[in-house]
Amino acid sequence: MLDDFLTRALLAGLAVAIAAAPLGCFVVWRRMAYFGDATSHAAILGVALALGFQISIFLGTLLVALVMAMIVSTLAGRGWAMDTTLGVLAHSALALGLVAVSFLPAVRVDLSAYLFGDILAVARTDLAVIVTGAALVLGLILWRWSALLTATLSHDLAHASGLAPDRERMVLTVALAIVVAVALKIVGALLIAALLIIPAAAARNLARSPESMAAAAALIGAASVWGGLRLSLVHDTPSGPSIVVIAAAIFLVTTLGAGLAARLRAR
Amino acid sequence: MSLIAATGLAVRYGGRRVLHDIDFAIAPGEIVTIVGPNGSGKTSFLRALLGVVPPAAGRVTRAPGLRLGYVPQRLHLDPGLPLPVGRFLSLPRRAPRDRMVAALAQVGLGDLRGQDMATLSGGQFQRVLLARALLGTPDLLLLDEPTAGLDQPGVASFYQLIEEVRRETGCAVLSVSHDLHVVMSASDRVVCINGHICCEGAPQVVREAPEYRALFGFGTGGALALYQHDHDHDHDHAHDHDHAPTH
Repeated sequence: MLDDFLTRALLAGLAVAIAAAPLGCFVVWRRMAYFGDATSHAAILGVALALGFQISIFLGTLLVALVMAMIVSTLAGRGWAMDTTLGVLAHSALALGLVAVSFLPAVRVDLSAYLFGDILAVARTDLAVIVTGAALVLGLILWRWSALLTATLSHDLAHASGLAPDRERMVLTVALAIVVAVALKIVGALLIAALLIIPAAAARNLARSPESMAAAAALIGAASVWGGLRLSLVHDTPSGPSIVVIAAAIFLVTTLGAGLAARLRAR
Repeated sequence: MSLIAATGLAVRYGGRRVLHDIDFAIAPGEIVTIVGPNGSGKTSFLRALLGVVPPAAGRVTRAPGLRLGYVPQRLHLDPGLPLPVGRFLSLPRRAPRDRMVAALAQVGLGDLRGQDMATLSGGQFQRVLLARALLGTPDLLLLDEPTAGLDQPGVASFYQLIEEVRRETGCAVLSVSHDLHVVMSASDRVVCINGHICCEGAPQVVREAPEYRALFGFGTGGALALYQHDHDHDHDHAHDHDHAPTH
């Protein structure tokens, strides 16, 4: 069954979408959207380093994403003007990565695969790494769920409840870095943040509790992967962007639907 | 034996000294109100007692096994986060349904568990925060400006509620207020902070005097009192706060 490239693509995509969903909810609730951008754009720098030092792409992106996430997290803790700082970091990391790649001997570096993903080229070993990473992230977030939620509402309240909110923020930082590393192959560095934010935002219109929002985001993410792969197959469109397009379409539908429902109730 | 005590406590943010030489203790069942102008360090004092900020000098000691109930000044409720009251009451540890209903009833609310936090009125919101703190059966309630944003009847009824809670559960209450003069009449002690403890004493309970009636309005049920400041020292730096009206 795993011999079929489409099956492998679908499984890898579903794993990442489901793991990204609850994390994406926290990215939305804590207004970390740009944080996701900065970390995922840094992945290109990781690719360049991995190719340059001949280590695995996964390891390279994981390390660079982790360093970037730590920098951003520390700066946020010190109360820097996040909007500007993150903008500077996100785009510098991307530009630096692109420049670094150009220094590599011009051997078979297909940059677009890293920028937009190459889900149809997921090999068996890739699949194993992706599923393991996704399971790790999902486990981490579910394990810390209540503590993370409390810390998201109020730093001091979490502290008073005997939690360590700074440690919970570190949990999110690490989870984000892992998601970036495993999602690079699926949607590419430029669209990883979309996979985090769009399903969560679409789920917000349907959900009445934090848990149902995370579950709905996972379903929407999974549906986007499935739909995006179909779209890509039938119309020969790039698969990563196709997944994001489907997610965006679902967002549009749930947003319009929620607006309509509110208007009907008001009558 | 005090529940929580600070000795020689100082707090610094960066290089700035916010609090210094604070000696403070609160006894079981005592209601203490901290007053001070904006920027006087009263919230920092609360945060130091909670252990959120480490002391730059001195120390904070807690009675062994002390259970704290904290009511924050406000919550960061992102509109992207759907949060029913019942879910909030269960953070971070799940509370049984009957205990949640009982805690809501204790603060004078019906069974709002299914209602989203974002749709609550200011007064309801404060009461839900209090209900969550009470679920932990605290020995000491810490309230950070719990009545900010409430109108005067709202303030009065919230204070009455605190008094009731103290009567029913026997817990001590430490409340921070930015109002220098009008405090909870049930306060056993008022402590005025401005970088250090300026003065402390009992509030003056105001009952029938018409001039105070005019000030506090009717229907506050005797929940508010005046704190007459008694400063016996001068700061050697320029004053930037004003206690004048009741001196």
